[in-house]
Amino acid sequence: MHTSRAVGHKPGTTGHGSHTEPAWVRWLLISCAIAVISILVIIPVVNVFYQALANGFDTYRHQLLDDAETRHAIWLTLTVVPVAVVLNTIFGVAVAWAVTRFQFPGRTILIAFIDLPFAISPVVVGLMIMLMFGRLGIWGPTLEHWGIKIVFAYPGLVLATTFVTLPFVARELIPVMEALGADEETAAVSLGANGWQMFWRITLPNIRLGLLYGVILCNARAMGEFGAVRVVSGGISGETDTMPLRVEKLFQEYELPESFAVASVLTLLALVTLIAKTLLEHQTQQQLARADDEQAET
Amino acid sequence: MSISIEHVSKHFGKFQALTDINLEVGSGELVALLGPSGSGKTTLLRIIAGLETANAGVVRYQDLDMTHSRPQERQIGFVFQHYALFRHMTVFENVAFGMRIRKTPNVEVAKRVKELLHLVRLEGLEKRYPAQLSGGQRQRVALARALGVQPRVLLLDEPFGALDAKVRAELRQWLRQLHDQMHVTTIFVTHDQEEAFEVADKVVVMQGGKIEQLGTPQEVFDHPANAFVMDFLGNVNVFHGRMQSGKVHLPGFEMAYPEYDHDVAQTATAYVRPHEVDLDRVAPNGAAMQVKVLQVHPAGSVAKVRVQSEEFGMALNIELSLDRYSELRPKQGEFLFASPRKVRVFKPADDYVI
Repeated sequence: MHTSRAVGHKPGTTGHGSHTEPAWVRWLLISCAIAVISILVIIPVVNVFYQALANGFDTYRHQLLDDAETRHAIWLTLTVVPVAVVLNTIFGVAVAWAVTRFQFPGRTILIAFIDLPFAISPVVVGLMIMLMFGRLGIWGPTLEHWGIKIVFAYPGLVLATTFVTLPFVARELIPVMEALGADEETAAVSLGANGWQMFWRITLPNIRLGLLYGVILCNARAMGEFGAVRVVSGGISGETDTMPLRVEKLFQEYELPESFAVASVLTLLALVTLIAKTLLEHQTQQQLARADDEQAET
Repeated sequence: MSISIEHVSKHFGKFQALTDINLEVGSGELVALLGPSGSGKTTLLRIIAGLETANAGVVRYQDLDMTHSRPQERQIGFVFQHYALFRHMTVFENVAFGMRIRKTPNVEVAKRVKELLHLVRLEGLEKRYPAQLSGGQRQRVALARALGVQPRVLLLDEPFGALDAKVRAELRQWLRQLHDQMHVTTIFVTHDQEEAFEVADKVVVMQGGKIEQLGTPQEVFDHPANAFVMDFLGNVNVFHGRMQSGKVHLPGFEMAYPEYDHDVAQTATAYVRPHEVDLDRVAPNGAAMQVKVLQVHPAGSVAKVRVQSEEFGMALNIELSLDRYSELRPKQGEFLFASPRKVRVFKPADDYVI
């Protein structure tokens, strides 16, 4: 969001600027964009809601809430996702702090590794977890001995979701904290603040928008996660099926209306996330513009 | 409170920032650490503040060894080069920060912030944010914030560096007045010799992680310890010659130099300040060289004249008082006699090259 601001302030890149291309080129490009977005995004999304609500709202409600397994899937997603988001928020802040405030050997490698979960296919992530914590995995026998269940259970789902969404918060915070610099933090220390006071009173208020943005993106991705969770869940209905897995299962079982109903809830959550993100971006822009105006006044 | 620095050294990786620094700052003194960038002055200030840790040596506040104390334990006020105001807090909350950390009751915070804002002449701006202030105002908020913790030592890192010339001159005088009112031990870092001389009781000239000279502004300016200090504290004309048997032979004149009495000749470099050269139409009795006037700039508080000695192939910068200038009225292309009133030769051991 910080880069978008820089671009927005540059004259000539705002869209009102140069009109050197002939009209037909502009219209062609705009129509292409609208057509692609409509066919690939808008129509399918609307269709999900249309299909889900085709038999009226009451049926929709029954489809969602009457089935115990569907109810459990919704409940599971709502319990797995927050834990993964909290873990990634803590991890993201810690990593961004380490990377932007300290110089240490291997710093660049660490930054590269943060991105790894983006690059690896989620299915492979699932397999990796199986090979570590599964029955035949490295720690499998030890865990079995102590009676701790990771795969095919709640901890495995959290682990897979956390892994896949690991980079979001850190990626969002690193540039923000780099731009802020350590000056204000050093000033707080010179005025007698200890580490916690410095973090809560100075760092956190300064990074809050970037942090919130990272958390929203992380949340969106965590709710939709399918591949890695599919592998570690073992697909036990009513036990380890999250919402995306439930959608797939209902679809496979030709229970199309039910499948669409669950899918519509997932889509709705995604839309809410998108709206929250847009509002936040809007607010950030306004805040920055206000600060600029005020600066210009004085 | 007095501060002693004893044998302090600091390196960052392979870079030696400070080498065996020894310094005493008396209670209530106002001291300037003066030097070019990379001289280690800011590092020394940060070590005194506890924001940086020395690799060797001891830092004492009064008689207490504070070398390994954290900044929180030192009760210092630190003013940063770029102010480092808390951007999400109002002026009031910025100044109050140190007191809030110390859990000062609200009533007292309000009273003290009011006093401090009065002191830095920012009454009425309590509710502004740093982004809404001018550079000079931000600087004063930073100072009020540092004073808010009732520091035993006030440390300022290039406090006026980012301000324009006029505001800088004002704030400089104001800092001096403020110090005279409060008598808190103050150390500030600057690369501007004028600033150091105008404000400080004592100037510490630094270069390459070492202290080159320490003294009152007058002492340092009149008796520079070596070629570096001489050059750093203002413009100089450089004469290259040689020294032998207690004498220095320079272009156009020679002078006694008992410090070097060997028979073996050695190269010598002499320094003359532009305002310590006389210009005349008739050859004076003493040492002088014939010069041709290249340029004359009478604008300003002194008249600047640039001359060239054709015999020795060297140019000189000369500053005449306006009285002397109107008496002499040198013209471009005219031949005159230049005679240095004060020449400084430094021993070759100070292997410093301009």
